[in-house]
Amino acid sequence: MAISRRKFIGCIGAAALGNATGALGKAYGASNKHFKGYPDSFGVLHDITKCIGCRKCESACNAVNDLPEPRVPFDDLSVLDTRRRTDADVFTVVNRFQHEPYVFAKKQCNHCLEPACASACFVKAFTKTKQGAVIYDESLCVGCRYCMVACPFDVPAYEYHKALTPRVTKCTMCYPRLLEGKLPGCVEACPKNALVFGKRDELLKYAWKRIYAYPDQYTDHVYGEHEMGGTSWLYISGVSFSEVGMREDLGITSAPELTAGPLSAVPIVVGLWPVLLTGMYAISKRKDRIAQEEKAAAVAETIALSQEETQNKLDALREKMTREKTAAINFEVKKALEEAEKEAQETADQEQKPEPEAGSDSGESIEEDK
Amino acid sequence: MAVEKTQSNTQKFTATNVIIGIILVVGAILTILRFTKGLGAVTNLDNNNPWGIWIGFDLLCGVALAAGGYVTSAACYVFGLKRYHSAVRPAILTAFLGYALVVFALHYDVGRPWRLPYPIFVSQGTSSLLFEVGLCVFLYLTVLFIEFTPAAFEWLGLKKIRQIVVKLTLVLTIFGVVLSTLHQSSLGALFMIAPSKLHPLWYSGYLPVYFFISSMFAGMSMVIFESTLAHRYLSHKMDHAHHEESHGVAFGFAKAASFIMMGYLAIKIVGLSIDNNWNYLATGWGLWFLIELVGFVAFPAILFAMGFREKNLMFVRIAAVLTVLGIVLNRLNISIIAFNYHLPSADRYFPSLMEIGTSVFIVTIGIVVYRFVATRMPVLYEHPDYKTH
Repeated sequence: MAISRRKFIGCIGAAALGNATGALGKAYGASNKHFKGYPDSFGVLHDITKCIGCRKCESACNAVNDLPEPRVPFDDLSVLDTRRRTDADVFTVVNRFQHEPYVFAKKQCNHCLEPACASACFVKAFTKTKQGAVIYDESLCVGCRYCMVACPFDVPAYEYHKALTPRVTKCTMCYPRLLEGKLPGCVEACPKNALVFGKRDELLKYAWKRIYAYPDQYTDHVYGEHEMGGTSWLYISGVSFSEVGMREDLGITSAPELTAGPLSAVPIVVGLWPVLLTGMYAISKRKDRIAQEEKAAAVAETIALSQEETQNKLDALREKMTREKTAAINFEVKKALEEAEKEAQETADQEQKPEPEAGSDSGESIEEDK
Repeated sequence: MAVEKTQSNTQKFTATNVIIGIILVVGAILTILRFTKGLGAVTNLDNNNPWGIWIGFDLLCGVALAAGGYVTSAACYVFGLKRYHSAVRPAILTAFLGYALVVFALHYDVGRPWRLPYPIFVSQGTSSLLFEVGLCVFLYLTVLFIEFTPAAFEWLGLKKIRQIVVKLTLVLTIFGVVLSTLHQSSLGALFMIAPSKLHPLWYSGYLPVYFFISSMFAGMSMVIFESTLAHRYLSHKMDHAHHEESHGVAFGFAKAASFIMMGYLAIKIVGLSIDNNWNYLATGWGLWFLIELVGFVAFPAILFAMGFREKNLMFVRIAAVLTVLGIVLNRLNISIIAFNYHLPSADRYFPSLMEIGTSVFIVTIGIVVYRFVATRMPVLYEHPDYKTH
């Protein structure tokens, strides 16, 4: 028994899961559908102008839900001196507000059309039934209390003093009684008709009819018609709702819509991130590889260049050396020849007289060598 | 430098060990109290304030500050910044311990801890951001565990299994970044369901983006901070590469964190402008908001930049500590301080001593386990048999 909005928000999450596991899910991320509640679902209209603060509803609630005996009996109206809220064993409270004359208002779960608690619950422990009641399944609850964080009306309470089996508790619109065809306990007990049970659509029309019929008695607002996407419990009042402890700044956006954006981002991240990150990896890897290749090429080029240069230098050096060597040899040869010539001359001079022909012979041959 | 034998055997009753011992004993008593008397006996939680510091600090800060794991491994393996290699293992270890402790702390906070697997295996509440957080944390804890196993395998000498896991590094890293993106942001998105309870200065449609972006510099600052501590107390366990690279890691992360923090400031201003919340800045809440943003984001961002430019490690370390404190402040603001801001002060939450004690106990367990692992397994040094380069 899931509601359609929850279901399609759920689909987004399922799509995320689907992506993760490889299955295909349907995502309706950006739908402009507006859920107006189950047709013919029930609700209660609380006419705050009629409430006299008798606490009969509290007593009846306690009885039909088998809640423990209260510390202060229900006929003791002194509790009205302090402002109260729902508690683990108190599903509804009536508060008195300073006004002339006093104004009383009843507080309990408003049974949102698109409940924040149900949308927030990560084990689907809350269900919005077709009858309009928002009910809680204790067998699934982990006790994380996110429903209490989420509830804009501060309704769910928690059994803080149970060590191992604490439950979240709240009004069930007497769902078991509705199934039996009975009225909610509080509605049945109200002596002043301040609580009217019926189909929500009809109650809404009736509420506006009252406001139009008695414009002096009512403010021009049916609380719960649009608050947080609408609630099954509706209120009309003679004073502004903020004066009777009800927040008028909640807006008309339902809780699931508030978180639909981040939820719809999930499949996008799951789909895109691996691609982007692998791309990053590939780019950095490629950059590394190219850098390495370029480095290798540069090194090879440098080596080749330097080798060539060395070769050239070597060649030049060799040539130079050869030239120098030749020159040196020539010089040495020349020197040797000159010395030889000189020597020859000297010998010739010495032997001029005995052998004059030999000297002229050797002199000729030197001339030829040059 | 892998000193296999620890010298600590001789001095077991040091002052630190005695303090740790006392904390662990107190923690054990608190644990017994919590599981016999219930949350009501130990905490100051009530129906209006269902989440206290066990969520605001242990979960939100724990997850944000454990972001060093995905940031460092992504920098090293995805972006190819090899000089962060020696920082990956300690970061993965702290991330794994951080997440393990987050899950451990949750056992105290939730009503029926043995049902924690329910959202994944029994009844999937896919419309809930908490479901996404739970699923991602569960998967990421598994990923971190696998990412850390090579260190344990090296310690135990299981070469073949180690080789298989090492081959998965890139896939695990990418999976880790995807999961981190999702749950870091979802932790912020958790609060998007309660616009009427969170102060407008902190409530924003960009909450998930803020949480994700801030987790990056939270992770980097935490890596710098942890490395400061590790240098002081576990220096003898570090190898040459770790000593060599750690300053480079600190300066690299300082520069990156500075840029990201400036970007974060910019998107915070964008959020402020889009919701036109400027008028709140003139209120007391506005002052508090500015202290968080200027004192713990803008100032450390500048300090990081200066530390990087002047190569001043002291600046970088101070900036890292301030940034970590800023993250803690931001997460506490969103989950506790600016949450339920509209309630009369009598209805506001302040943690009980026993709650604080339990959180201290859990952090202490983390430190003890880190010390145990880092003094035995190749975390701060590379195992000589498995050198990468």
